[in-house]
Amino acid sequence: MVVAGCDVGSLSAEAVIMDNGSIISFEIIKVRPRPEQSAGDVMNAALSKAGLTLGGLDYCISTGYGREKIPFANDNISEISCHGKGAQWLIPSVRTVIDVGGQDCKAISVDENGNLLNFIMNDKCAAGTGRFLEVMSKTLGVGLEELASLAVRSKNPLPVTSQCSIFTETEAMCYVNEGEKMADIAAGINQAMARRVKALVGRIGIVDEVCMTGGVAKNSGVLKSLEEILQVTIKKMPEDPQIIGALGAAIFAKEEMQK
Amino acid sequence: MIVAGFDVGTLTTKAVVLNDGSIASYDIIPTEAKPEGAAKVVMENALSKAGISFTDLGFCVATGWGRKKVGFANKDMGEIPCLGKGAYRLIPSLCTVIDIGAQTSSVIRIGKNGNVLDYGTNDKCASGTGKFLGVIAEALELGIDDLGPLSLQSKNPVSISNQCAVFAESEVISHVNEGMELADIVSGINNSIARRQVTLAKRVGVKEDVCIIGGVAKNIGVVKDLESMLEVEMKKLPVDPQIIGALGAAVIAEQKAK
Repeated sequence: MVVAGCDVGSLSAEAVIMDNGSIISFEIIKVRPRPEQSAGDVMNAALSKAGLTLGGLDYCISTGYGREKIPFANDNISEISCHGKGAQWLIPSVRTVIDVGGQDCKAISVDENGNLLNFIMNDKCAAGTGRFLEVMSKTLGVGLEELASLAVRSKNPLPVTSQCSIFTETEAMCYVNEGEKMADIAAGINQAMARRVKALVGRIGIVDEVCMTGGVAKNSGVLKSLEEILQVTIKKMPEDPQIIGALGAAIFAKEEMQK
Repeated sequence: MIVAGFDVGTLTTKAVVLNDGSIASYDIIPTEAKPEGAAKVVMENALSKAGISFTDLGFCVATGWGRKKVGFANKDMGEIPCLGKGAYRLIPSLCTVIDIGAQTSSVIRIGKNGNVLDYGTNDKCASGTGKFLGVIAEALELGIDDLGPLSLQSKNPVSISNQCAVFAESEVISHVNEGMELADIVSGINNSIARRQVTLAKRVGVKEDVCIIGGVAKNIGVVKDLESMLEVEMKKLPVDPQIIGALGAAVIAEQKAK
């Protein structure tokens, strides 16, 4: 039985193909202008990696903000349910999923079957989302990955007091002009990011174990700051943290076939 | 008696020199994330315009975001009292001062002598501030000064749904890609700034006479939107609306020097 999940987000799109309950291929692309283009491209790429075509799929579920516009999907499910499902399938002990994507941040609590119990999200303010890090990396003139690796080297993170991404630019530029070390500025930025995520996650209450999904989970600096500020160990994802939504959709597709 | 006031903002730094109660000179320069340096330069500029040397200054007060970095000031003060004092000095009939700067927006109710009765301020979020306009202007490849006049050409303002400046930037770019009129987009942006300010104004209460100060007061689109939303007519200021904080700091310096 071959099933697929397709997650079309605001910045990237992901597809996961599963055969008899294991992942056989996945793909991540930057979004195209229209969600249906993104979905078609990412799905074809994942299928061709697995040596399959669209006709070989028994069932496909779409998710993400463009999920209702995917012509080849048999059904669609919200990305919140999919992230919970995918994360708990990979790490069965997980009960809290922190998902930090390109333009939003969510805290999701799930039961022992990966089903959604509760969630809370911010998609109104760029602070605490991937966009905040993007804005800061542009301001400091370093790549996103460099921003993460710089921060890890810092011994003395600088206080970043602004919440707003735009105001943090001003604060960071002042530090640059005062001759502060890039590593210390980057670490301060990661801490500010972690504080915003904590404010959101704190409202839902943390139940062990905790894991983190979404593109920002690849940023080791933010991950470390978040562990410090939440005082928890964040479980490492055994798969790319960016594909968890698509994976969850594929698992829902599998469950649908087994009904 | 010669005194001076400095307003070190996040985007611009301003100085006003008062000689026996009237404005002898003023200057505005970009802060460029160097508050200390900007304060020195703006002071030198203003003093040289007035033909006065630093030692002639009887007292000097600093205000604004970078006020603690002005080493040569005799005293520093928060912006709100300075804005009240500065506006009152120019128009004594004022009861409400609306300030929209680069990173803060405030609504201030003033009473006798320009003393602050009540105020509300937003300095946490760029929406409703000049920085919001700056981000959008850059995305649209327009100058900040173009936003006001351009918005007046709009017949059908676009509704901007994102409050966050970062997200509104993406929204505006997608509106451009959809082929919407630039004037309509800009008008929608001005409207969004005005709406945020109205929320603040309603919390504090607005009593006429009212004036608008700060860099965004130079945006005719925002001013017109605010006038129609608040149903008031903004009093015209006889000087550049960006220097009111520095003027107020100088007024306070005058009182301290006495």
